[in-house]
Amino acid sequence: MTTTIDKTAGTPGKYKVLGTRPVRHDGIEKVTGAARYGADMNMPEMLHGKILRSPHAHARIRSIDTSKAEALPGVMAVATSKDLPIIQARELNPGQGGPRLLAENDLADKKVLYKGHAVAAVAATSPHIAEEALALIAVDYEVLPTVLGWREAMKEGATLLHDNLTEKFSATRGGAGEDTGNKSNVASHLQLKMGNVEQGFKEADTILEREYNTQTIHQGYIEPFACTAQWIPEGRLTIWTSTQGIFGVRGNVAAILNIPESMIKIVPMEIGGGFGGKGTGYLEPVAAVLSKKTGHPIKMVMSRKEVFEGTGPSSGTSITVKIGAKKDGTITAAQLGMIYEAGAYPGSPMVGGVTSAVSAYKIDNVLIDGYDVVCNKPKTAAYRAPGHPQAAFAAESALDELADMLGMDPMDLRLKNVAMEGDRAVTGVPHAHVGLKEVMDVMKAHPHYTAPLGGPNRGRGVATGYRLNGGGSGSSATINVLANGTVNLTTGSMDLSGTRVAIAMQVAETLGLTAEEVTPQVVDTDSVGWTGGSGGSRITFDTGRASIAAAQLVIEQMGARAARLWEVQPEDVEFVDGIFICTKNTDDKFTFKELAGKLMTTGGPVTCSAMDTQGGVGGALAGNIFDVEVDPETGKVDILRSTVFLDIGQAAHPSYVEGQMQGGTLQGIGWALNEEYFFTPEGVMANSSLLDYRMPTSLDLPMIDTVIIEYANPRHPYGLRGAGEHPIIAPLPAMANAVSRAIGVRMATLPISPGAILEAIEKKNTNK
Amino acid sequence: MQEFEYVAPANLEDAIRLMAEKGPRAKALAGGTDILIQLRGGRFQIDRLVDIKKIPELNELSFSEANGLTVGAAVECYRVYEDQTVQKLYPGLFDSASLIGGIQIQGRATVGGNLCNAAPSGDNIPSLIVQEAVAIVAGPNGRRNISVEDFCAGPGRNVLQEGELLVAIHIPTPKPNFGAHFLRFIPRNEMDIAIANSAVSVLLDDSKQHIVSARIAIGSVAPTPVFAREASALLTGKEANEASIEEAAEATKAAASPINDMRGTIDQRIHLVGVLTKRALRTAISRAREG
Repeated sequence: MTTTIDKTAGTPGKYKVLGTRPVRHDGIEKVTGAARYGADMNMPEMLHGKILRSPHAHARIRSIDTSKAEALPGVMAVATSKDLPIIQARELNPGQGGPRLLAENDLADKKVLYKGHAVAAVAATSPHIAEEALALIAVDYEVLPTVLGWREAMKEGATLLHDNLTEKFSATRGGAGEDTGNKSNVASHLQLKMGNVEQGFKEADTILEREYNTQTIHQGYIEPFACTAQWIPEGRLTIWTSTQGIFGVRGNVAAILNIPESMIKIVPMEIGGGFGGKGTGYLEPVAAVLSKKTGHPIKMVMSRKEVFEGTGPSSGTSITVKIGAKKDGTITAAQLGMIYEAGAYPGSPMVGGVTSAVSAYKIDNVLIDGYDVVCNKPKTAAYRAPGHPQAAFAAESALDELADMLGMDPMDLRLKNVAMEGDRAVTGVPHAHVGLKEVMDVMKAHPHYTAPLGGPNRGRGVATGYRLNGGGSGSSATINVLANGTVNLTTGSMDLSGTRVAIAMQVAETLGLTAEEVTPQVVDTDSVGWTGGSGGSRITFDTGRASIAAAQLVIEQMGARAARLWEVQPEDVEFVDGIFICTKNTDDKFTFKELAGKLMTTGGPVTCSAMDTQGGVGGALAGNIFDVEVDPETGKVDILRSTVFLDIGQAAHPSYVEGQMQGGTLQGIGWALNEEYFFTPEGVMANSSLLDYRMPTSLDLPMIDTVIIEYANPRHPYGLRGAGEHPIIAPLPAMANAVSRAIGVRMATLPISPGAILEAIEKKNTNK
Repeated sequence: MQEFEYVAPANLEDAIRLMAEKGPRAKALAGGTDILIQLRGGRFQIDRLVDIKKIPELNELSFSEANGLTVGAAVECYRVYEDQTVQKLYPGLFDSASLIGGIQIQGRATVGGNLCNAAPSGDNIPSLIVQEAVAIVAGPNGRRNISVEDFCAGPGRNVLQEGELLVAIHIPTPKPNFGAHFLRFIPRNEMDIAIANSAVSVLLDDSKQHIVSARIAIGSVAPTPVFAREASALLTGKEANEASIEEAAEATKAAASPINDMRGTIDQRIHLVGVLTKRALRTAISRAREG
């Protein structure tokens, strides 16, 4: 069931195209199998590349002997970190990040920092020969103690992953921070403060303190990383790849290989899921080096095991919350300590957690300390609303328990403390629209919230998720008008989630066309202006704005052609409801199609490009209600009912907004109930398959009902907000709250697996 | 994956010869849902894969009152659970065959392969044990019969000698007032490996109030699926009631010797075996009463 609640529109049918559900332009190719994904490239003379990965979680590389592998018939080249120019040119400074660090993650240099860390690569005439050759590469390792998680990493006297990593301290969001000079596994410490928490806790009648823990988890995109590189000797390098950002890949490959960006073309393939995890590439520079060495195109495709062990998951976290409130529910102070595991190199999404955790609430006294901690796990990568879900799990679980302690309805406690436009977040920045009150008003009034639970061992959980979104990175778009009155729309935004159709609909709305009359295409780095990656919930908004701007140029140029035909000035032409009208003589009219047919006789084609760098899709809010039933004998959770609410501003294509809401809910349920990297004490992931890394299947979920809420975003011409990230935030705490209420025990560690539930029930019963 | 030879003999004699020639470097291929993944994962290095699906005798699925049910080694799970005789007379086998993997897996995977793969979690194996199934095996030295409860030797190991192949599984015709059930616990609702499983069968007397005999077998709680002899024997002659069920379920836990791993802990598995056995006994008894 879908409900759309439009709070700003007034009348239905405000837009002709936006809000309707046309067939997506890329749909037929995708359902017929014609669409080409990362692994679908096949070229004459193509070779296959495979990567040798470290069996140890932490070791120094004494030497690598590739001679036996090179001698195997069919092997054409072997590459190691020595083949990446940036590694020869610059020492690693892990605190600074950048392409040097990526290069070392692509092929380890002096040390391996996690089980699965890439060490060498082979190109051979078949993938099987390449695999056999891997076994012939002799790596001499000096095995070092494994620093498997934040607890070990932050211990006094812990083994250090990086010899020259020092802790940075910062008291403001953004900026490098001040170097403390302390050698540590803590890469950075961010402290944000508002008011005086000590004073605030003194004013509280009730104080809750609790620690919340989450494990390393993976985005779980179904398509493994895959790319093909062809480096023409003395010529250009072309890479076909499955990525969220072709220009980012181009920049990194250029830096790692020390060649100009103008020598590189990145061609995007269709992407089979990314969720943030494909913002960073791993294979491209390696495939390029192997292509250069052999003179052949090189195809590299990861296995599922490699995806789990060798690509970026999201952080395991440990978050302490102390929160105090008066009897009437007014929150007087909140203090959070937030530890995020970065994996092998600095760069966890800790900042996302610190800035979002309690930002949707108006709390005068807040103190938050965030820590970015390296350990012997894969280097983390982005995952929808990076860092937010873990933070919300802690904060929204705490609010739920606090509501119980105060004897308040959990929704009422939240409503009592909502931040509104103009209130300051802990970042010090005043809020624009927050949406918390607006979304919660709808949640509270929804029939689901008051429906009887109807049985024992059942619980209802609610939570909200706030995505504090910062600046966008810029998008370009080009529109070509065809003689038949249709247009081609060209962008550089990889389509993860239906953005082609959502952007085409904005162009159609602007030009008075149907969605089908706009043909969107996503092209390579040579064929469109610079465009930041598909992430941060920004594409439908940012690339949409760029495309609308290009469409407005089209209107302007076509208006000038009409003016020439009518022998009036361009300002005498108006464009109303898809019709060009002469204001001097309103009988003079052209439909878009009629005028498009006259372009070649009035000065040639109309091709308009525009870009948008405004960014700032803005904060966004979503919420979930879950009803669950727990089998007290097995600990199994059955989800009885699930409703998700989201403030979208204006839905471009509601089906794909619902898709984001349902997909985010699903991923959040997996994160809450079953997903985790299960490590052996040696740091080996024991469950590196989709069989044992338990993502939910369709049989594990009820229908996820969606409620779309539309408060128009003033920063977008049609009021759009993002939808891609915030649906994953609230499901973690909402599920934890539901299960905790069903069994009468607070579940503060994810995943809330059947085993964990059994243990909690057992503990409760023995304590009685 | 290394190169190997694929052969698909049309009769059992050729298959046995092709297996025997290569000794431990030959493996049989039925549905392939285990062996192909194991080969890709580098668990075995082999020279020859012998596809048994072209051998008519191994595709036989038949039943007669006198001889019971014969399930050829190459018969897929879907054929077993779609068979009306199985649905009526072998309810435990129906339960397990219809929940292994997902629908696509069930279209390929065979009951015989599930047995030969000898996974501690193999879902059909406890069901076969409680219906007193016998494995019919042929090899260079002729045929022999092995009780299914004696077939598995360890995780991924069975008692077949070099060159031997499973021909069929034979299950006797159940007597009147018989009921069986299979349950497993998985965190998800499909496509998962049992943290624990339990199959039970009961034979009631004509009053349907007393248990004449019962068999309980459990999986994922020991190196092989286990026939819980003592717990089963406890039920002989007992009243078919909740007290008997509780007692047998508790005793079944003693037959479990599980490990801690990423799928579950020792305590969780022992606990679950008790819960599953209790629930399976309730259903098996009510099935026996419904007759």
